[in-house]
Amino acid sequence: MIAIENVKKRYSDEVEIGPLNIKIPRAGITSLIGPNGAGKSTTLLMIGRLLKMDEGHIMVANMDVSSSKSQDLAKILTILRQENHFVTRLTVRQLVGFGRYPYSKGRLTEKDEEIISKYIDFLGLTELENRYLDELSGGQRQRAYVAMVLSQETEYVLLDEPLNNLDIARSVQMMEHLRYAADNFGRTIVIVLHDINFAAKYSDRICAMKDGKIAAFGTVEEIMKPELLSDIFETEIDVIRGPYGPIAIY
Amino acid sequence: MNALVFEKKKASITSKLHTGNRSCSAFLTRKDERIYWIVLATLIVLGLLSAYGLLVYNNPVPRSSPSFVPVVRRRINAVITMLLVATCQSLATVTFQSITNNRIITPSLLGFEALYSAIQTATMFFFGLNAFLKFTGIGAFVVQVAAMVLISLILYGLLLSSKYGDLQLMLLIGVIIGTGLRSLSSFMRRLLAPSEFDILQARLFGSVNNADPSYFPFVIPVVIITAIALFMYSRKLNILSLGRDVATSLGVRYTSGIIFGLILVSILMSMSTAMVGSLTFYGFLVASLTYQLVPTYDHRFIFPMATALGFLVLTASYFFMYHIFNAQGVVSIIIEMFGGLIFLIVLLKKGAL
Repeated sequence: MIAIENVKKRYSDEVEIGPLNIKIPRAGITSLIGPNGAGKSTTLLMIGRLLKMDEGHIMVANMDVSSSKSQDLAKILTILRQENHFVTRLTVRQLVGFGRYPYSKGRLTEKDEEIISKYIDFLGLTELENRYLDELSGGQRQRAYVAMVLSQETEYVLLDEPLNNLDIARSVQMMEHLRYAADNFGRTIVIVLHDINFAAKYSDRICAMKDGKIAAFGTVEEIMKPELLSDIFETEIDVIRGPYGPIAIY
Repeated sequence: MNALVFEKKKASITSKLHTGNRSCSAFLTRKDERIYWIVLATLIVLGLLSAYGLLVYNNPVPRSSPSFVPVVRRRINAVITMLLVATCQSLATVTFQSITNNRIITPSLLGFEALYSAIQTATMFFFGLNAFLKFTGIGAFVVQVAAMVLISLILYGLLLSSKYGDLQLMLLIGVIIGTGLRSLSSFMRRLLAPSEFDILQARLFGSVNNADPSYFPFVIPVVIITAIALFMYSRKLNILSLGRDVATSLGVRYTSGIIFGLILVSILMSMSTAMVGSLTFYGFLVASLTYQLVPTYDHRFIFPMATALGFLVLTASYFFMYHIFNAQGVVSIIIEMFGGLIFLIVLLKKGAL
């Protein structure tokens, strides 16, 4: 469980995120949605210890993210942002291999290699595993980073807008993979999404944020309501019940 | 999703496709690895040959004469200095470029050389020629190294661990401090007598002949320890070069990791600068060529190649300039010129900073 208690982050006197109070249960996919500047990424970064909070506590699997050892946290929690440093002469497989660093400290065993192969195959990168990262398209590189994060084999996986720069086919593919990882590998995935319909189709829970506060948190059915969404995004949004679940029209 | 894809995916989940041939080793193929070791061995042999050439070639006394050995012994100091400088500059530049994730900058940006020349110039300016000539030897050396390491410690410590600290800001401040010190020393130099200026200039231009063998008992152990520390740090450096976010997510403490790396860089750079003076583009030249020769990201393999290549560049250029072209004293200028050219080529090829 991810428990966020009274967390506040101050950017300036006017811009403040929080106080946030929320408990994200284990397993499944939880999507964070909301307009720009609502504090979705800030919240995710604070859970992933990439950003320090000014007040409050965040507990992930009963470990306090601000006081626990980073190397211990790396075995239960991983976070991926969209923009990453560019390392030359680094192949896909070597990148995915870095995901084993919390366990192997750079000395990979045969078991590690097997796990790495598993996630490379899972994300369909088998053919590309010996290509250098700078020879890949943006979508392929994104998949390689997701493979790295999964090979870390943490229970909690946090992803900040993983669908950015992906076309519809790649977005669907990525969400299918994440859905599969949640269902079959027992991962708890928290993800920042911009597209409400992707959130509705693939997540178990949606957390809607607005103006630095949590506006609503619940199952897809509970959140996908015209009044609620229109209020959060300050736009006319209608919801129709399709054969594959609710669809937002805007 | 159709059943076939699902079955295929499920099969891959059990990682049946994994074979012993699939591995994350630093080299893509066995061939790459073999080529790496061959190139490394060749560079070392060539470096040693040039060093041997420097020691015995053109010895004014015949081999049978009893004064042959003293001549060689005198020359050996220069070769040891080259080895030390090559190790310092190459390792420091590669580490620095990886930490900053930028392959067109050198640690000189942090102002080591500016500080060195400021210390030298200030000694001449305030205490005169006699004090300047006496300001050599192990004591003066340790003082200079300590000053340079201290300044960089303050710079990193304050800037990187503060709330808004980041590398770019630190580099910018390093550049500003460097520029400030440089203009300060050039102002002082303007007020010097021409003869004093001449002596000062000779010391400021990088040359292995500036090195005093009495530094060795201090420099050699420090360089060895720092180099070993750097090799042990190289797996962590591989992770750090992925950037703050990824490194943190993998459980590496980023800020303390890069501060540790930068401290090693500053020790190496101060050693080299205090020993032979400033070599702005030499480290850059070596690092850029090394990246061409090493087909991997892994610093465990980049470091040895950089050191071997650095040693070869120094010994070979000294050998050629001294014994083939009979042009003594211009070696560092030549190295800097090639370094500068490579710098421009890399910059133009990359098309961006």
